[in-house]
Amino acid sequence: MTAREAQRSEQNGSNEIVPGNGALVARHRMLSGGVRAVPGTLLTPGGGRVVPPLGRRWGGALVHLLWPKWLTVRARARVADRGRSGRIVLLAVLGIGFWGLVFGILARVLRYFHSVEEIGALLAGKLLGVLLLSFLGMLMLSSVITALSSFFLARDLDLLVSGPVDWLTLYGAKLFETALHSSWMVALLALPIVTAYGVVYDGGWLYPLIALAGFIPFVLIPAAIGSALTLLLVNVFPARRTRDILGFIAVFAAAGVVVLVRLMRPEQLARPEGFRSLVEFITVLRGPTSPMLPNEWLQRTIMGWLTGDFDPLSLYLLWSTAAVFIVAGAALHRARYAVGFTKAQESAQRWAREGVASRVFRVLLKPLGIVRRELVLKELRLFFRDTTQWSQLILLAVLVVVYILNIRLLPLTGDGVTLFIRNLIPFLNLALAGFVLASIAARFLFPGVSLEGRTWWLLRASPLPMRDVLWAKYWMGTLPLLVLAVGIIGVTNTLLRVDAFMFAVSVMTITLMTFALASLAVGFGAAYPRFETENAAQIPTSFGGLVYMMAAVALIGGIIMFEARPVYAYLRARTFNEPIATGDLVLGFALAAALCAVAIFAPLAFARRRLEAIER
Amino acid sequence: MIELRGLTKRYGDLAAVNSIDLDVPAGELFGFLGPNGAGKTTTLRMIAGILRPTAGSVRIGGIDLAADPIAAKRKLGYIPDRPFIYEKLTGMEFLRFVAGLFEQSGDPVERRGRELLALFDLDEWRDELVESYSHGMRQKLIIASAFIHRPAVIVVDEPMVGLDPKAARTLKDLFREYVRRGHTIMMSTHTLEVAQSLCDRVAIIQRGEICAHGTLAELRAAAGSNGHESGLEEIFLRLTGERAARELVEVLDT
Repeated sequence: MTAREAQRSEQNGSNEIVPGNGALVARHRMLSGGVRAVPGTLLTPGGGRVVPPLGRRWGGALVHLLWPKWLTVRARARVADRGRSGRIVLLAVLGIGFWGLVFGILARVLRYFHSVEEIGALLAGKLLGVLLLSFLGMLMLSSVITALSSFFLARDLDLLVSGPVDWLTLYGAKLFETALHSSWMVALLALPIVTAYGVVYDGGWLYPLIALAGFIPFVLIPAAIGSALTLLLVNVFPARRTRDILGFIAVFAAAGVVVLVRLMRPEQLARPEGFRSLVEFITVLRGPTSPMLPNEWLQRTIMGWLTGDFDPLSLYLLWSTAAVFIVAGAALHRARYAVGFTKAQESAQRWAREGVASRVFRVLLKPLGIVRRELVLKELRLFFRDTTQWSQLILLAVLVVVYILNIRLLPLTGDGVTLFIRNLIPFLNLALAGFVLASIAARFLFPGVSLEGRTWWLLRASPLPMRDVLWAKYWMGTLPLLVLAVGIIGVTNTLLRVDAFMFAVSVMTITLMTFALASLAVGFGAAYPRFETENAAQIPTSFGGLVYMMAAVALIGGIIMFEARPVYAYLRARTFNEPIATGDLVLGFALAAALCAVAIFAPLAFARRRLEAIER
Repeated sequence: MIELRGLTKRYGDLAAVNSIDLDVPAGELFGFLGPNGAGKTTTLRMIAGILRPTAGSVRIGGIDLAADPIAAKRKLGYIPDRPFIYEKLTGMEFLRFVAGLFEQSGDPVERRGRELLALFDLDEWRDELVESYSHGMRQKLIIASAFIHRPAVIVVDEPMVGLDPKAARTLKDLFREYVRRGHTIMMSTHTLEVAQSLCDRVAIIQRGEICAHGTLAELRAAAGSNGHESGLEEIFLRLTGERAARELVEVLDT
């Protein structure tokens, strides 16, 4: 028996038949001759012929399959209701704050566009197109990762595949799951954006329905494509290998998109003086960026409705394309799912001997003591042996290179570029670097506690203070993050030729910010653990991950706000040769440092309490 | 060696374990029996320090688990019923890691690790990642890990599940030998033959409460069984209610 089979049989509770388990009971009855197979019935995913659900139409069977998921969500919500009002309030404040911020900024930009004759609506449309293109990219990547879990690795599959469930119902239920899981974050992000467009352009009461009618196929298309692509890959490679390969594909695809966007130099659109005439500029704006992609169709649907130039063709294209992909996906599912599912049960067999690196680390980490050394070694091994984890470093490297390249390409010479501006940019650069660090922390530090889920019993039953577990998780993530942060800021500051004071301020700020962001990631990771997730890549995109990102953005905003006044005072004094107001300087930096201190210690203390309270 | 006083675990209104008092002396193999959902695993997980009791106390080797969990857990090895371990570690790395948690490392751990893996026929798999192990192999690896730091007390939940006959026999011999050397084992099991052949004393738990405990002879007396031939299965069914067998017949007939 393979490891996977072993795990599955264990999860199903040995060989017990669970009372009330309809599918198993039905199958049992069928096997005992209670119900006879009828010619012309549908195929099971495993290839056998079965009776279609009696007295129920396909829609009813689909709902029946999705019903346990709904009950799970409801049960989770009930648990969350009990005695967690503080958390809900915090969540509501963060969520509303984030939505308000996105809505406010976008509404302001759109109002400005709205006031510009001729090209205002075109610019608003282009902006929406760019946003939707990034959403499409996110949906594609997310669908591929989610489809592998829901179609091939999910724990309910043994039950469904062994039960008399027809292939179409299974495909429908799993496609719905994939679409829902891969799109909810995009939906949350899209809500304030779409609302801002509707409010500024006065979309009317039908606008939400039009937007929804456009968004549903926009989400279904990547889900159907992602599911089909995963099915094809699983037919070629075992599921565990596929997960590795998908990790690589996702990383390289994302890196490719970043490089492509960079090469397109989108900032040129914002500089009309670069075009020979206004007509040329408007022609570029009017032309479709990607006429064959769903984001363009959705953008035309929404902007067409808002500008009174609604063309149902775009909506038709969205729905018909979604239908084509779903039908093609269903046909592929019928033909190849049984083979793919069988292959997905194969386990990866790999050997790992203790290499030179491991021995070197063992010696280097000796001063930490046995417990901490073993915890650190374990973290290192788990990270570098999991392709889905370390492959993300490639994407990270590409992002960092593109980031530094962008700074290098900034026009920092010529008229109007004063010492003030040259030193202000690195300050604003801090906010951007902070956001990049927060994203990295969300990917690598946030899942730390969740990944211990199934092995938690071992740590709990060991004579191990929880602060040691936390220590290993925190420093294993923070140290590389700190090297990266100081590296980015050091290189960009050197490229920008900032003066010594601003150099010191930015390095100090990014150092404190890194410690605080890492601490927040560990804290929120402990507050919102996802112990049952099969795929580590899904943990940062969970609800807790989103809340962490919001809190991180708030922290970065707070630090920048506190430091803005002293930095401004300093730059002003240098520019105009005035004396520096020391009081302003000290107060601002002290407040920023205090905020960082709170953000470092409070989440870690909270995480420790949470870890001590987790009973698994 | 293990002292439970008024040990209680509540989940809302449900008392999964209700005021259990129990003493397991050193050098004893103690069996913990009961129907599904009776509270066996919950009790063992409280003794292992994984779950916190709602009320009552656990003492391991005279140390209060709540007052000094680190010192109490140093004396303990725990074998869970579900073999979840780090998939990306090899068998030997896992043993080293567990020994490290108990602040043990170096040649003695390496030697003991190799011996334990050989004992459970896992020596050929020592450098292979756990993700490729079968259910039974994982279970054997976890059992090996519980012995790696030579604990005074071993708490084990359903040890025989997933083991092949040879491994089951090895484990029985290992348990008996371990107890003979003065260590203590507390074990839950559904396999009454195992309990009957291995355990010095047993307790039967039902609906979170201990309904009987003692040696086999004492249990016979408690169950009101006159004949000396009564096996543990008969005593168990009598103490936990004989309805189960009758219900089974009714279910099969309908």
